[in-house]
Amino acid sequence: MALLEVRDLHTSFFTDAGEVKAVNGVSFNLDRGQTLGIVGESGSGKSVTVYSILQILAPAGKIVSGSVKLDGQELVNAGEKVMRDVRGNKISIIFQDPMTSLNPTYTIGDQIMEAILLHTDRTREQAYARAIEMLELVGVNDPEKRMKQYPHEHSGGMRQRVMIAMALACEPDILIADEPTTALDVTIQAQILELMQRLQKELGMAIIMITHDLGVVAQMCDEIVVMYAGSYCERGTAEEIFYNPKHEYTKGLLRSIPTMDTMGQKLQPITGTPIDLLNLPKGCPFAPRCDAAMKICIRQAPEQMVINEDHKASCWMNVKALMDAQAAVEDAGAAEGGEA
Amino acid sequence: MAATNETPLVDVRHLKEYFPVSTGFFKSTPLKAVDDVSFQIRRGETLGLVGESGCGKTTVGRTILHLYKPTDGEVVYDGRPIKTKEDIKWFRTKSTMVFQDPYSSLNPRMTVSDIIGEPLDVHKMYSSREEREKKILELMDRVGLNSEHASRYAHEFSGGQRQRIGIARSLAVDPEFIVCDEPVSALDVSIQAQVINMFDELQDQMGLTYLFIAHDLLVVRHISDRIAVMYLGKMVELADAAEIYDHPLHPYTKSLISAVPIPDPKIARANKRIPLQGDIPSPLNAPSGCPFRTRCPYAEAKCAESMPNFDEVSSGHFVACHRTAEINS
Repeated sequence: MALLEVRDLHTSFFTDAGEVKAVNGVSFNLDRGQTLGIVGESGSGKSVTVYSILQILAPAGKIVSGSVKLDGQELVNAGEKVMRDVRGNKISIIFQDPMTSLNPTYTIGDQIMEAILLHTDRTREQAYARAIEMLELVGVNDPEKRMKQYPHEHSGGMRQRVMIAMALACEPDILIADEPTTALDVTIQAQILELMQRLQKELGMAIIMITHDLGVVAQMCDEIVVMYAGSYCERGTAEEIFYNPKHEYTKGLLRSIPTMDTMGQKLQPITGTPIDLLNLPKGCPFAPRCDAAMKICIRQAPEQMVINEDHKASCWMNVKALMDAQAAVEDAGAAEGGEA
Repeated sequence: MAATNETPLVDVRHLKEYFPVSTGFFKSTPLKAVDDVSFQIRRGETLGLVGESGCGKTTVGRTILHLYKPTDGEVVYDGRPIKTKEDIKWFRTKSTMVFQDPYSSLNPRMTVSDIIGEPLDVHKMYSSREEREKKILELMDRVGLNSEHASRYAHEFSGGQRQRIGIARSLAVDPEFIVCDEPVSALDVSIQAQVINMFDELQDQMGLTYLFIAHDLLVVRHISDRIAVMYLGKMVELADAAEIYDHPLHPYTKSLISAVPIPDPKIARANKRIPLQGDIPSPLNAPSGCPFRTRCPYAEAKCAESMPNFDEVSSGHFVACHRTAEINS
């Protein structure tokens, strides 16, 4: 049994302008010690997916249907009491912007200790010791002094370390990192990513990494889910997604980013603009921007297709390829039959 | 793109930009945002300027355009030093800027045609209303905006389209030189490529010269002919784009390039990063001597004593490090 099982998750925001379908049928599994990457551009529903798992959606947001199972326990409609035990204890989250996700009016120490006191039976002294231990673990120098300081006295990289220390203080099974390094410089990003990899090895937790940076995903993730407009395009191992993409959006994304080899060449952008979630098309959400779109893509949303054991994709092109291959085989058979 | 002309289009000489920061009741300390930076940009080329936040790369761009008055040093444009008000006025018909954030750099109360037309109004570049209208529609067409959108407001557009409006505005005065300050970093990956390609095409069509400021090293490498690296207000390395990636000489450049996550799982996992310790120091108390010495794995006593010269170590490859020869032998 997987540690976390998300099945056909649908989340919508009910706004004055209408229902915004932010997540439309996302499914994935996460095993212990594994790193899953969720990739997509802004508005693709990657953050809403994990907010749904933790049920920390804005008031207008609701899980419409689907199932989220942690260690076999159903979380959707499980009630606030269960969720309080899950959040910060079994599943922790670090947010994108370390500048705004710490409370400026409390010291670093108070904020880390709050999480520990809330979720464990430790006394204040024990919690203090644990907080110091966590700060040392994430590579903060002089933790006693840092405990008494306020967030504004720390740089962005330091604050993100504090966030990680806070998230890991209760030894969660799953750490969700929502664009953890987007606001940081590359050399600091490298430090934080390395820290996360080291801690994962030491503590054995699973990580869900949300990002739009394909470089970060390539470096960190075992498995990748690619999302577009709330739907999931494909999921598979990092190797499968990067070297054998089976969805036109993933292919376009990989073509459009500059790499070490594209110098002096034209990039191949994905045409058009991102989709309006209020007016989702009937068929594949990517069809309006897809160069390979066929009639069926506009009429009907593609079903998920199993490419191989490590790879699933929702794109009609795969069905077409399969049918073409079958037709070729039949043609060849017919031709042989004719000759005989 | 090789330079066709021997005189550089933009010649930045010992540029300094200090901002006073009050540190006490009557005291103020200069924050050395840009400290003695010299470089040249040839006509028709793209110079990439990279560095981490707070290194002064945006200030360099803005000071060149005299949006800030330089504390010291000078900018010579096409052989003419920019000194007086007349110089600046003339210079601003030749050079413009594209800003990072397409959400805050467009006035929400102005229509697209007013935004693009404003530089034309300021520099009185038309003789009749019809001509103004015609120019605006030409500019919109040039950046791939639909002419029907002329009477709309900025909030009706997506990020990528807004950046196109900002680019059309910067093209209004028919400039030769554009400072692009992180023009794609606020955009989605799939839109970035569209805008990068547009910068390429405009350069080919109009013979533009770019100073391209960015922190995404893969984007900079893609678009630039030469790349300059800044650290804490100083320029530490400058070379051809391929040269600086294949043979970085300064320890900071080496670390910066090794830290870039490569979008390819096999390469990314095999990549040996050169980690840097600690954070970038505050520019208010920058280290003595070489600014990088506090994080440099090769720092010696002499690095604390004096700032190394920005020397040309091989043709077109400049580096400011006391130990270039020893480290790279």
